[in-house]
Amino acid sequence: MRDFDVIVVGGGHAGCEAAAAAARMGARTALISFSGDAIGAMSCNPAIGGLGKGHLVREVDALDGLIARAADAAAIHYRMLNASKGAAVRGPRIQADRTRFKASIHAQLAAQDNLEIVEAGAESLLIEGVAVAGLVLSGGLVLRAPAVVLATGTFLNGKMFCGESRTLGGRVGEPAATTLGDQLRNLKLPLGRMKTGTPPRLDGRTIDWGLLERQESDDEDWTFSSRTPQRILPQLFCAITRTNQATHDVIRAGLDRSPLFGGDIEGRGPRYCPSIEDKVFRFGDRDGHQIFLEPEGLEDNWVYPNGISTSLPADIQLAMLHTIRGLEQVRIAQPGYAVEYDHIDPRALAATLAVRALPGLFCAGQINGTTGYEEAAAQGLVAGVNAAARAKGAPDFILDRATSYIGVMIDDLVLQGVTEPYRMLTARAEYRLRLRADNPDTRLTTLGVAAGCVGDDRRQWFAARLAQREAVIAACQTVYKADQIGHTGAAQTLFDWIRIAALTYQDAIAIAPQLTAFSRHVVEEVMEDARYAPYLARQDAEIRDMRASNRVALHTVEYRAIDGLSLEMIERLDAARPATLGEAERIAGITPAAIAAILGHARRRAA
Amino acid sequence: MAQKVRRLALVLQPTIFALSSGAPPAGIAVVRISGDQAGTALHTLTARALPEPRTAVLRVLQHPRTAEMLDHAVVIWLPGPDTVTGDDIAEVHLHGGRAVVAVVLEALTEIDGLVMAQAGAFTRRAFENGRMDLSQVEGLADLLAAETAAQRRSALAMAEGQLGSLASAWRQEVLQISARVEALLDYADEDGVPHTLDRSPLAELSTAMQQWCGAPSAERLRDGIRVVLAGPPNAGKSTLLNVLAGRDAAIISPVAGTTRDIIEAPVILDGIPFVMTDTAGLHATSADVIEQEGIRRARRALERADIILWLGAPVDCPDKERSILLAARADELAYDALGVDQLAISAKTGLGMATLRKQLLQKARALLPVPDSFAINERQRRLIAACAIEVDAAHLSDDLLLTAEHLRGARAQLDQLVGRAGVEDMLDALFSGFCIGK
Repeated sequence: MRDFDVIVVGGGHAGCEAAAAAARMGARTALISFSGDAIGAMSCNPAIGGLGKGHLVREVDALDGLIARAADAAAIHYRMLNASKGAAVRGPRIQADRTRFKASIHAQLAAQDNLEIVEAGAESLLIEGVAVAGLVLSGGLVLRAPAVVLATGTFLNGKMFCGESRTLGGRVGEPAATTLGDQLRNLKLPLGRMKTGTPPRLDGRTIDWGLLERQESDDEDWTFSSRTPQRILPQLFCAITRTNQATHDVIRAGLDRSPLFGGDIEGRGPRYCPSIEDKVFRFGDRDGHQIFLEPEGLEDNWVYPNGISTSLPADIQLAMLHTIRGLEQVRIAQPGYAVEYDHIDPRALAATLAVRALPGLFCAGQINGTTGYEEAAAQGLVAGVNAAARAKGAPDFILDRATSYIGVMIDDLVLQGVTEPYRMLTARAEYRLRLRADNPDTRLTTLGVAAGCVGDDRRQWFAARLAQREAVIAACQTVYKADQIGHTGAAQTLFDWIRIAALTYQDAIAIAPQLTAFSRHVVEEVMEDARYAPYLARQDAEIRDMRASNRVALHTVEYRAIDGLSLEMIERLDAARPATLGEAERIAGITPAAIAAILGHARRRAA
Repeated sequence: MAQKVRRLALVLQPTIFALSSGAPPAGIAVVRISGDQAGTALHTLTARALPEPRTAVLRVLQHPRTAEMLDHAVVIWLPGPDTVTGDDIAEVHLHGGRAVVAVVLEALTEIDGLVMAQAGAFTRRAFENGRMDLSQVEGLADLLAAETAAQRRSALAMAEGQLGSLASAWRQEVLQISARVEALLDYADEDGVPHTLDRSPLAELSTAMQQWCGAPSAERLRDGIRVVLAGPPNAGKSTLLNVLAGRDAAIISPVAGTTRDIIEAPVILDGIPFVMTDTAGLHATSADVIEQEGIRRARRALERADIILWLGAPVDCPDKERSILLAARADELAYDALGVDQLAISAKTGLGMATLRKQLLQKARALLPVPDSFAINERQRRLIAACAIEVDAAHLSDDLLLTAEHLRGARAQLDQLVGRAGVEDMLDALFSGFCIGK
């Protein structure tokens, strides 16, 4: 007897996407959270997207997830990073009104069929035989389900540091999930420890905005979700200030009171998002570090100073802030803190985000060693779809590296593991030229429809868009003579002229006015394909190779029994247990000779 | 694996051929042609309809372009898929002389869609067509283990060796520049990164790589330096060859035109391998068809020579750069018959032979990698050249995205140089360990 098909533990970005995706798949889903009101909270910076991260948000949107719609509902500042560069590396980013973001997530979850929210703590997993059978709540109540998704973020044995003070918990004012963490340790799942930090939150009324450089929202009309017709809220500006020598002196004088430097924090922090004490310590020669002052909401006075996360004591935080231009009189609304937490070595997971050693258990988000709302949301969606697929007996939902940043991220996590909190970067994607932020619908919605995680509304919209895209491609096959283009050389299709003559959208519609009948987004997407067509074709061969290798299964290989593999290779292969030859090839440090030996061994075993 | 097999079969288009039997001369030489074009090739070569499958028949072979007769041969037509490779196969059993084999192989290259098989290509073709399962090949377990151990040893030697450190240094530099490009792409809005890219290190890197591509090749060290003895008939070429080789490799007689085919003798001088090639005397007047063919081959050998020992008049020498000009039979010549650039030698009395050896070694060393350096083989040269092209393209592109894409290409080439490559390369490496045509 089951109470639910899927139970999701945690109401952050991973948990919400997991629960909503499972419910869209038709699975009866429970979302467990300490506090119903905290569901959908943005616990760190009030921004969504950025380079690489913006791609993830749009990919989740293409699979009918929540985050892009919530971002649009809350956006009070839009900015397209890298707007002057190729579409492949443009990064949509917004500042979000925290209250409205959370409200949008609540509304979307409330509107979702098959989904029940249970306000409770999670005590432990219910394990029967070798598999997960449900969840024990802190009151002792047992919920039975064949699939459980853990999306507990920093709450697993979470410990907060603010100067000399220590608190157990994952977020200010909320308890940690210690019993669940102990259970995972006892299950011998490989765990690691990481840290992350937040800056102090400032009272915006005490900032001297007039002294500061302003950064306005852009005046374009793009939105995050392809289902959001236009921008909704009034736009605010951000401001930029920077630290200076006086700031650095205050920080240096307080280093001995920082838990980071006192050795109290054992977890590893991210290189690309260091605390301000890290920056000052490691880049001592810099005369200052940039700080973006980001508004947290339309009616909210809190301001998030992006760039100075810290675990220094509150009095030093205040002294440090008062040395900074525009912040001379600032008041702290909530001091910054560092949080240290357990994560699972993601190499214990399959590409479905299922824990290999404990069937029925899935993990998503920070628990897998990642950082960021966007990374969490993307994993949540994949874990939710796969948890529902398990409950329904449907096929696994696996996205490969050529389809999406989601695929790149999960492949990286489950094969390479993490040595610092994993954050998406466009540099991680070898097929970056095709994985653009302007084409996730084309890349993913068909796959999502096949898996069953795309709702009716988007499905119908997408069918119409696909037809339009095909019509645009057909129109681009028209041949034009050089003088029609204002160029020289032989006649070409419009598709080729776009690249050869570096045509802009305006050029293209002047040459081929019939294109104005189509959505500009669709035309520009096809034009971007045309610009990089020779490179995309060259990558096609690489992708075919990768997919062929991905089809050679390797489940039962005993690596220790293979002659010629070094100990280091055996350790890496055993930790990641690659499911296919393609996965094995991608593990760092595995040589072609080793792959030959593994293939030979697998064949003999199969014979 | 089935899907893999089908995919590879689709990808590999060319029909391959190679000499399947041992090196000529031999009684019979078997040339095997495998692939979709095998039937067409046999038809072209015999100018007749294909014989009954699996039946040996005698045919006259002719050159596809010149219609010149090449040999009488036994041919067998083996339509796929029930063949050793799974492809259509044509087998041609030739008279086993060097010249005949060479001319037939040369003729086959002129047929569209046919390419000479690389090492291991037949085995590989069989594997790809599902005719051979690695695990079923007898002793393959040992072979695989041995091959892996050998590869590990050689990879280690390479990793510690100069190519390894050079490639690592290049990779380090490419990575450094890549990192700068990625910083520009991924951290565009931060103040800690430069906002423009200095592309000039890419030009220097590409130049350095191209210089290495021009460096001496390992094949010369492995196969020997090709020394061709040439000149008019009866100039004493064969006598000289025998003296250099220290044995009777060539038949010598005072009758001009005794050497009608090419004779090769491997010789080691001072630890350096040479292949000495004696050729038919070059003269335009012979009416003997076979001697004419010999002369044609001599001219081809001259084209491929690393060093020419020219025994004719200096003015007739085809390429003085590559040549050592000799006045042979100096014991029989009048002193004033000697040209200015010529070295007087006598195989009979030993006159000038020490000087000749010294000059040979001098020229050879210039062709070989310097001893404290290391040699790159053809595969490595190809990878470095491909890498240089990517680096160059990265240098020339003004779209940062494409600079990054070309740098990714360069990294991929370097990865193949120092290990960590795709399945395709792995299979290539695996199969080139097998002898071809088996």
